Amino acid sequence: MKAVTWRGVNEIGVEDVPEPKILNDHDMILQVGLTATCGSDLHLMGGYIPAMRAGDVLGHEFMGTVAEVGPAVTKHRVGDRVVVVSFTSCGQCWYCKQGLWSLCDNGNPNPGITEALWGQAIGGCYGYSHALGGYAGSHAPYIRVPYADQGAFAIPDGVSDERALFASDAAPTGWTGAHQAEVRPGDVVAVWGAGGVGQMAARAAMLMGAERVVVIDRFENRLQQVRTHIGAETLDYEQSDVPGELREMTGGRGPDVCIEAVGMEAHHPGPSYLYDQVKQQMRLQSDRPTAVREAIYACRKGGTVFTLGVFGGLVDKFPLGAVMNKALTLRGAQQHGHRYIPEILERMSRDEVRTEHLATHVMSLDDGPKGYRMFKEKEDGCVRAVFRPGA
Amino acid sequence: MTNAIGNVASLAARAGGSVVRQVRSAVDPSAARPADAGQAASGWLAVTVFREPAEIDPAQLPAPLAEFGDRIEVRVRPAPGGKGTELAARLRDRPSGSAAQRLSGKDPQADLRSALRKAKQLIEVGEVLAVDPAPHGKRSATPGGALLEAWTKVAPKAGVR
Repeated sequence: MKAVTWRGVNEIGVEDVPEPKILNDHDMILQVGLTATCGSDLHLMGGYIPAMRAGDVLGHEFMGTVAEVGPAVTKHRVGDRVVVVSFTSCGQCWYCKQGLWSLCDNGNPNPGITEALWGQAIGGCYGYSHALGGYAGSHAPYIRVPYADQGAFAIPDGVSDERALFASDAAPTGWTGAHQAEVRPGDVVAVWGAGGVGQMAARAAMLMGAERVVVIDRFENRLQQVRTHIGAETLDYEQSDVPGELREMTGGRGPDVCIEAVGMEAHHPGPSYLYDQVKQQMRLQSDRPTAVREAIYACRKGGTVFTLGVFGGLVDKFPLGAVMNKALTLRGAQQHGHRYIPEILERMSRDEVRTEHLATHVMSLDDGPKGYRMFKEKEDGCVRAVFRPGA
Repeated sequence: MTNAIGNVASLAARAGGSVVRQVRSAVDPSAARPADAGQAASGWLAVTVFREPAEIDPAQLPAPLAEFGDRIEVRVRPAPGGKGTELAARLRDRPSGSAAQRLSGKDPQADLRSALRKAKQLIEVGEVLAVDPAPHGKRSATPGGALLEAWTKVAPKAGVR
């Protein structure tokens, strides 16, 4: 079958790969309907997460139709239309039972790599390097889904494929950030990054009762999407002093909750961007934490900063003094989507969560390299390139 | 008052822990010897299984651990806070391995580390998760790729524990 693969740094290919097989009793094989690019894929593409091998199939945000089920699968049948969460989690270990699904003890078959990097291994993720399990990704006509009863969710009638697709990753990641940051009614919430995840974090915060939600980015088309489809306020960081504007908006306090949805390749108009870029390129740090620093600086005393963007390793000039002296709560997480997807699908069916606008460019798998280039370079206002394997 | 009682209980528990450690040092000199970096001197490798202690019988261990037979010692004890059961194992003959050997899955306990992980999966999920063969395209022959392939092969056995 045809698949979009990582061939090397900034090199995406389309090549023939074998079809997946059921390997465990809890597996299913999914015929992929739609599969999206994600901002975190750009970290793989750019070589910032080094545990990729040439030929690895990309893609971790997807929906489709059940094509085959293993003997232990009880919740799904062939022909069901489902969306699949990006993380592979067993549902039986202590972490899964606490709702901390991305921390699953059993979902990563290569635990030695992340144990070495981080001290403990987290769960696995489709198409996201051998450090997170070495699973083949979803940019292909078929994908194997382990722990299918845990990770696949039936899509309600009336929710389109294009909407349900983003219940796989962007929406549950946004929900994870807002919920784990403990957004409360009356809060002012600032979100750095107006991509799919940032938009969904903003929407989640609004639905959790936040009084004001402000999304920060530099791309006007994305900020326009926030105003039109999410209903939040926006700030263009190239046109304004973000901490100053946030202080003015909040009577001098700063936001109660600051959610960073940018990750390890952050941009900034100031000299800190040049500093971080030089250090990253010289391999003196693995990640550029520009937006995290600003979030910590802007957050009100005693507030919460949540790192929702993907970081892989080490950063420099981390403002620990501000964290300590302002008594901030600093948290982070990959998505615990299993916990939030049922609610998200229900809200999608009630039209409270709309995501179709994120899929600005829908194309065939053959256009994989073009889609990734457009997404990376933000060509033609690309917010997400989405592939339809059946096209 | 409740806090005061709690504090006393906490101090007592800590003191008890200290006593237990000292007793164990007396009967097991390995617990008192210097450890390799990042590794307990006792040599125990442990996983926490989300099951009640009564559900884990050291005499009826899952096959990956049972296959070690008399070559290993096994310890089972409750995990605090309702986190399940700590299942630990160590080789009776324990040649030491360096941190680099552990991280590359080449230390003497590598197979035991892998067996513990498999045993936990068998108890909790009922099967051991497989990933190969995973569909992939052409593998280019590069030094980085070869290094990653080698690390991936040993990753199920490697770790910090």
